Amino acid sequence: MTISRRALLASGAALGLLTACGSNTGRDGGGSGGSGPKLAQWYHQYGEAGTEEAVKRYADAYDKADVSVQWRPGNYDEQTAAALLTKSGPDVFEVNGPTLDQIQGGQVLDLTDLFDGVKDDFNPVVLAPKTHEGRIWAVPQVVDMQLLYYRKSLLADAGRKPPATLEELVDTARELTTKKVKGLFLGNDGGAGALGGTPLYAAGLRLVTDDGKAGFDDPAAARALAHLRELYEDKSLLLGAPSDWSDPSAFVQGLTAMQWSGLWALPAVEKALGDDFGVAAFPAAAPGARPAVPVGAFGAAVSARTAHKRAAKDFVKWLWIDRTDYQRDFALSYGFHIPARLSLAKDPEKAAPLSKGPAADAVRFSTENGYAEPLRWTPASRVAYQDALSRIIKSGANPSSELRSVLRKVSAELARVKKKSA
Amino acid sequence: MNADTTRPRGSLWRRLAGPQNRTLWFWVFVGPFALGLIAFTYVPLGWSVYLSFFDAHNTVSPTDFVGFGNYTSMLRNDAFTDSLWTFVVFTAFIVPTTYLLSLSLALMVNRVRRAQAFFRSVFFLPAACSYVVAALIWKMSIFNGVRFGLANTVLGWFGADQTAWLSTTDPPWYWLVIVTVRLWLQAGFYMILFLAGLQRISPTLYEAAAVDGARPGWQVLRHITLPQLRATSVAVVLLLVINAFQAFDEFYNLLSDSRGYPPYARPPLVYLYYTALGQGQNLGLGSAGAVLLALIIAVVTIGQARWFGLGRKED
Repeated sequence: MTISRRALLASGAALGLLTACGSNTGRDGGGSGGSGPKLAQWYHQYGEAGTEEAVKRYADAYDKADVSVQWRPGNYDEQTAAALLTKSGPDVFEVNGPTLDQIQGGQVLDLTDLFDGVKDDFNPVVLAPKTHEGRIWAVPQVVDMQLLYYRKSLLADAGRKPPATLEELVDTARELTTKKVKGLFLGNDGGAGALGGTPLYAAGLRLVTDDGKAGFDDPAAARALAHLRELYEDKSLLLGAPSDWSDPSAFVQGLTAMQWSGLWALPAVEKALGDDFGVAAFPAAAPGARPAVPVGAFGAAVSARTAHKRAAKDFVKWLWIDRTDYQRDFALSYGFHIPARLSLAKDPEKAAPLSKGPAADAVRFSTENGYAEPLRWTPASRVAYQDALSRIIKSGANPSSELRSVLRKVSAELARVKKKSA
Repeated sequence: MNADTTRPRGSLWRRLAGPQNRTLWFWVFVGPFALGLIAFTYVPLGWSVYLSFFDAHNTVSPTDFVGFGNYTSMLRNDAFTDSLWTFVVFTAFIVPTTYLLSLSLALMVNRVRRAQAFFRSVFFLPAACSYVVAALIWKMSIFNGVRFGLANTVLGWFGADQTAWLSTTDPPWYWLVIVTVRLWLQAGFYMILFLAGLQRISPTLYEAAAVDGARPGWQVLRHITLPQLRATSVAVVLLLVINAFQAFDEFYNLLSDSRGYPPYARPPLVYLYYTALGQGQNLGLGSAGAVLLALIIAVVTIGQARWFGLGRKED
């Protein structure tokens, strides 16, 4: 008898171990409401209080499907990429993309038909990277942008105006640097990650041309990037701050006189500094070129592996196309984003917080100077370029030769995605 | 009650169960682990080798066979070869420093007459700390780049400028941060291994040496202690090298940011993580890199084991 009891215990424990793995598919729990098919919707973690409650409220209000919201902290891009390989991933998810490989690999559904009659109401700059060969693969939720914050008082003390050219930015940053305060904060990596292609656009170039070639095969590119090295060499850059560029802490704590950050930081900056700050686009990096600001949009996409294709698409259409009141609430009530719908963003009443002061300047930059990373600028190209930019800034590598090797890699990558779509 | 009387069993069952059910019990205890090993190690390993021969962007069931294409492009990729160099440099730093530090700690603790248990625990405690937590403390409070970071405050007393420890490539201060965090975390663990080795050395050897006129200190260390610690040393060095190969946590947590990872101090695992599991999701290329890395680790470990004569009979 003892033996059979032991056997029972041992096999029971083994079974328990096995069944303990893999039951949490994320299909239930979270907010729920309504009847009909069950849909799982994923968001990345927004920092602002109230956002999670808001998106759960929207999901509850939908009555044609039982939508459960999952709020996912951590490396969101990696999580969704892995989840899209399986059936237990989300049905509807927020994505900073989708990437070209996700579209070409058939991982997301074509959402073009949802845009019937409203396509012109979406900001064309952020709609472009969601479009591949005329089809649209995600509905832009909100527009985010990055820009330069500066302390008006510190600039006035030094007798300087907000920089209009990259040379001026270099000089101003050098002048504002003291023993305690650095001139400029472009991120703890010296700017390679946060700036990305912005200096190239500010030099009148682009990352990828419309016909799918690398758009920075030009001596102006190397000249623009060399100025970033000057900033580093002058020791004008703040490096190793406790929080990175996306957080305005370094700026509001007075560690730096100017900081590159996102529009999302504006309420925090305004609260801390009152009206002692201004915003600017990334200054022109070549004669005759215009300043540039990067804009981008998280979009709502539908996984191709969802069991309820029609229901998932209907939900996306309901929330991100029909319900403009929720879209307004999502963009402006918690964080600080520009609504993706032109009818909302341009309406002085509906988008009141965006109509005055630095926020109004920012909105103007986003329409006049905005660029979005093209869809064909794939992660592989981005890594090659960012590595080169980091070597130029920090190690003083020769910009021309670094860019030549980037061009080689980017051309190969562009040829690969072109072949795949053919 | 006897189990045999409650249930009639055929001779086949008897033979399978073995004498006194020994075979049965072997599988009851080993089976779950063997199953886990197959499901979570061997199957993914085989799958990874399979993927490495395909163009597998964003898929684990690829159809586009590319032969050795992924391997050649990985070997031609200077980012990958640089990451191997990063690993070599890191190993060259961390293995000797940890070896020396943990050996000296062990020698000192071993000589302490009072409160030996206290010192042993104090030096061992960091081993219980997570790499992620330690890396974040190193990054945010000790070695941050602003004037109120601990290291910069100390430098400030001497009038030195603030240094951005993790962002400076010339001189490469980031190595200081990376090596010290690992040193702090693992020295105590290897100290324990050395202590065990030291306590195994028979006191009669030291007495005999003293009678023969060996001066205490260097001479005894060189001719008695170190040769007696040979087995321990071999194990420690092997473990150190393997751990260095697996380095990921502290590198990733010290140097990565929301936009990726800088091109310096990027060990192979971090590079492959970004290639295969980052937004790129190039699982074919990443698998090829992982297979190459596994081959290198195998060759190095076998070479090391032969060189040290691991498994040979001690004389």
